[in-house]
Amino acid sequence: MSLIHASAAQLLTQLESGEITSVELTKACLAQIDAADKEVGAFLKVMTDSALEQAESVDARRKKGEKLGRLAGIPVAIKDLLCTKGEVTTCASKMLENFVPPYDATVITKLKAADAVLIGKTNMDEFAMGGSTENSALGKTRNPWNLKCVPGGSSGGAAACLAASMAPLSIGTDTGGSIRQPASFCGVVGLKPTYGVVSRYGLIAFASSLDQIGPMARSAEDTAILLEAIAGYDAKDSTSANVKTPAYSQSVKQPLKGLRLGVVKEHFGEGLDSEVEASVREAINVYKSLGATVTDVSLPHSKYGIAVYYIIAPSEASSNLARFDGAHYGHRCDEAKMLEQLAKERAALEASGDEKLLGGLDTSLVRMYRQSRAEGFGPEVKRRIMLGTYTLSAGYYDAYYLKALKVRRLIRQDYDAAFKNVDLVIGPTAPTPSFEAGTKTDDPLAMYLGDLYTVTANLAGIGGISLPCGFSKSGMPIGIQLQGPPLAEERLLQAAHMYQTATDWHERRPELS
Amino acid sequence: MSESPYEIIIGLEVHVQLATQTKLFCRCSTKYGAPPNTQTCPVCLAMPGTLPVMNRHAFELAMQTACALNLEIPRFTKWDRKNYYYPDLPKGYQISQYDLPMSQNGYLLISDPKGQFEPRKVRIIRAHLEEDAGKSMHDEAAGKADSRIDLNRTGTPLLEIVSEPDMRSPLEAKAYLTELKLILEYLGVSDCNMQEGSLRVDANVNLHLQTPEGKVATPIVEIKNMNSFRAVERAIAYEAERQYEVWQETKQKIGDVPKQTRGWDDQAQVTRGQRHKEESSDYRYFPEPDLAPVTTTEAEVAAVAASLCELPRQLRERLESQYKIPAYDADVIVNQGKKTVDYYESLAKLGGDGKLASNWVQQEVLRIQKERGIEIEAFPITAERLAGLVKAVAGKEIDGTRAKDVFAEMLDSGKTAADVMKEMGIEKVDDSELENLCRELLEANPKVVSDLKEGTLKAVGVLIGQAKKKNPNIDPGTFRQMCIDLATKM
Repeated sequence: MSLIHASAAQLLTQLESGEITSVELTKACLAQIDAADKEVGAFLKVMTDSALEQAESVDARRKKGEKLGRLAGIPVAIKDLLCTKGEVTTCASKMLENFVPPYDATVITKLKAADAVLIGKTNMDEFAMGGSTENSALGKTRNPWNLKCVPGGSSGGAAACLAASMAPLSIGTDTGGSIRQPASFCGVVGLKPTYGVVSRYGLIAFASSLDQIGPMARSAEDTAILLEAIAGYDAKDSTSANVKTPAYSQSVKQPLKGLRLGVVKEHFGEGLDSEVEASVREAINVYKSLGATVTDVSLPHSKYGIAVYYIIAPSEASSNLARFDGAHYGHRCDEAKMLEQLAKERAALEASGDEKLLGGLDTSLVRMYRQSRAEGFGPEVKRRIMLGTYTLSAGYYDAYYLKALKVRRLIRQDYDAAFKNVDLVIGPTAPTPSFEAGTKTDDPLAMYLGDLYTVTANLAGIGGISLPCGFSKSGMPIGIQLQGPPLAEERLLQAAHMYQTATDWHERRPELS
Repeated sequence: MSESPYEIIIGLEVHVQLATQTKLFCRCSTKYGAPPNTQTCPVCLAMPGTLPVMNRHAFELAMQTACALNLEIPRFTKWDRKNYYYPDLPKGYQISQYDLPMSQNGYLLISDPKGQFEPRKVRIIRAHLEEDAGKSMHDEAAGKADSRIDLNRTGTPLLEIVSEPDMRSPLEAKAYLTELKLILEYLGVSDCNMQEGSLRVDANVNLHLQTPEGKVATPIVEIKNMNSFRAVERAIAYEAERQYEVWQETKQKIGDVPKQTRGWDDQAQVTRGQRHKEESSDYRYFPEPDLAPVTTTEAEVAAVAASLCELPRQLRERLESQYKIPAYDADVIVNQGKKTVDYYESLAKLGGDGKLASNWVQQEVLRIQKERGIEIEAFPITAERLAGLVKAVAGKEIDGTRAKDVFAEMLDSGKTAADVMKEMGIEKVDDSELENLCRELLEANPKVVSDLKEGTLKAVGVLIGQAKKKNPNIDPGTFRQMCIDLATKM
């Protein structure tokens, strides 16, 4: 197998044995990016120079016999919303087109400490809002399996770069399904850990109570290796879980005896594509053949998941994104033009004598905020800010936000009840395989339904993993999702690995020019 | 007081900057006066991706204050975001506490030793923690419209203490603030420096009027931007008159118009209407998802309550009973602060006379402090040294007038009272010597003797003057009494 298609686990062995060098590996990845990324568009920025420097340094230190980190020499792609010191971090928004953070996110610090090679920053939906990466203000990402199709979102670039063999490992973030759904669309593995397992410090927030950083890779084993490197308590994140990080990379290969899987009844209803259903049912049969017991479980409140999510996430977003106002961070409008325009409006109103309109005219400060934000944010971000502002407003808070919090608790209770009888729940990751770009952009609600099966894990704060389990007739990957109780990442990875020892869906690669 | 056509209803919101070394949600210094934006980090600058982490010490100081103000401290409290746009607010929201504050339902007892108002229990609705915003500096000079922002203050821990509208006069408002400030200073939870903004006051004021239709209330006005207690007192007094005039003109009642915010112009001594912030009506509060709620155990709260120092009110009562001084004296001493109380207590114990010690502190010590603008710590005569003088006065070795001369000599010389008295030839006059002097003068002044016999006691005054000329060391009080006693027996 060529370097670019190999798994991180294999590559680590080869690096350790001296069979390959990190420079060779990094160059191979950079060459693949060079060859394929014009079409795929997974990266917003390829960090060619610093990646090669890092690779050289790792090779040199290895030669000297120095002790190296867990990911020594392995290229890792970073979703472009993790602050990276000295590197532009854009959130795929015009707002942050030129933002260079003066500090590293904790995950970046950990990757650097593990001697990983940061190869580039991947594309995404603007501020992680979207399910197809079509909301990026800075570039188009296509699905490597079919360039007409979307890679999913918001971690579309993170998934696409893996499928296109541009990097063996990739970091994504998941607020409602943003790791698992693109993993499913691109035929790779994506894990959203339990809330708090990975520090959010340095993750440019979309919805703080839902956001979680997670590993993406082409196999469960690689996913475990990456999770082990980035997980852990962080004093800088007070929502971080103060628990010991298990040795995921060691335990991932231990088979799970007597695994009890619960099939989520509600995930096989209206809206589920028949090809997806068939593949997922087949995957369940594989688990049965491996000795798992399968029972039906019910998550009765999961049907409210999307509704609850689209209240809580925009509410938090409306607040988290307030700092991008042109005064503190982000794009600022052309003030001279703005002031000129404002003066014109004032003059016109004064001439008309409409005291009321005149009284309501923006101050220059308010107009600066208004115009900077109007220019800097894309339509989906604006839509969600408005939704969130509305649901938090006096008079609506109780009806929407507070009610959503209550239902959120019920959703968690459904899971708690289910996990009394089963070890993991299983179902499709997304209701459909990837679709053609442009087909859903005019229908935000249809796009939102793509998160139908993933969003409840974020609301409940539990972990979920998506792994490839087949292809549609048109050749697009299909994903299966496993979800576990809080802090059951080890079990999720073991179950995923178990499936991958019996199947080879994860080893298929798209043909790229 | 009752002639006033209205009753003033006053509620106060006090923002207290807690005396922590570092900010509420990051580890930047809170030191005042550093060059702009030098005490900042990615967290307090609201760099995208940063997260707050609570400063436990700030919470402990808040708990101490809450205990001292008789507030209940719930086992569970959380943080909320208060959303609004302003250039000095980097995150676009302030982390504060909304529906579950860290303390609620307390009170503060206020009274006036001069009896200008009845003692009152001012209820405290809540005290909650929040972070401060930055500072905007608007440079409008020379036609420039530059605004500069200093974010050093951003994230400084504030405790907002909100009273019920239980105060009825500017004087009561001032007494509340004075007592509150004193408590904060005794606890050491804040330096209470109003010039530096460590203690900021907003007053909510309206009037209750008796009309033929019954009692009516005027619209509530919030007065902001007051930087001294005097300003608070005057602003409230001004505002009451202003509201009365407006009411006479418009008859607007509470609810007829939205709550107004006015600022106090200290120079012009008037309140002025402030422009409404467009977002002021709706802060879109919601629970802060980046911070875990804070839990406290009953034992923790009990430990904080037990660790509190003696508070001003208890201290006044103890000084009164332990040193047998009037309430007024205790009030003056306690209001000077803990260091003065310590000084007084040493003086009273070593000098052996609580009331005399109190007089010396109130009159001479405070006078010198004021003249020289010094704190008690810098007062040149230690309590131990001054106690020597108090003892001499108490033992009638020296009279009050001469004692002041001794005091003046002791002040900057470092000498003891005994040394100075020796130099000045002051010594206690022996009783027999005093009696001889007394007899001598009485015999020489038969008119005085007859006056005294008739009960005209002030006649003895003439003799005191003469006696002091013969022997400056005599104690006028003892001499006076002796003359009266002897004259009546003659």
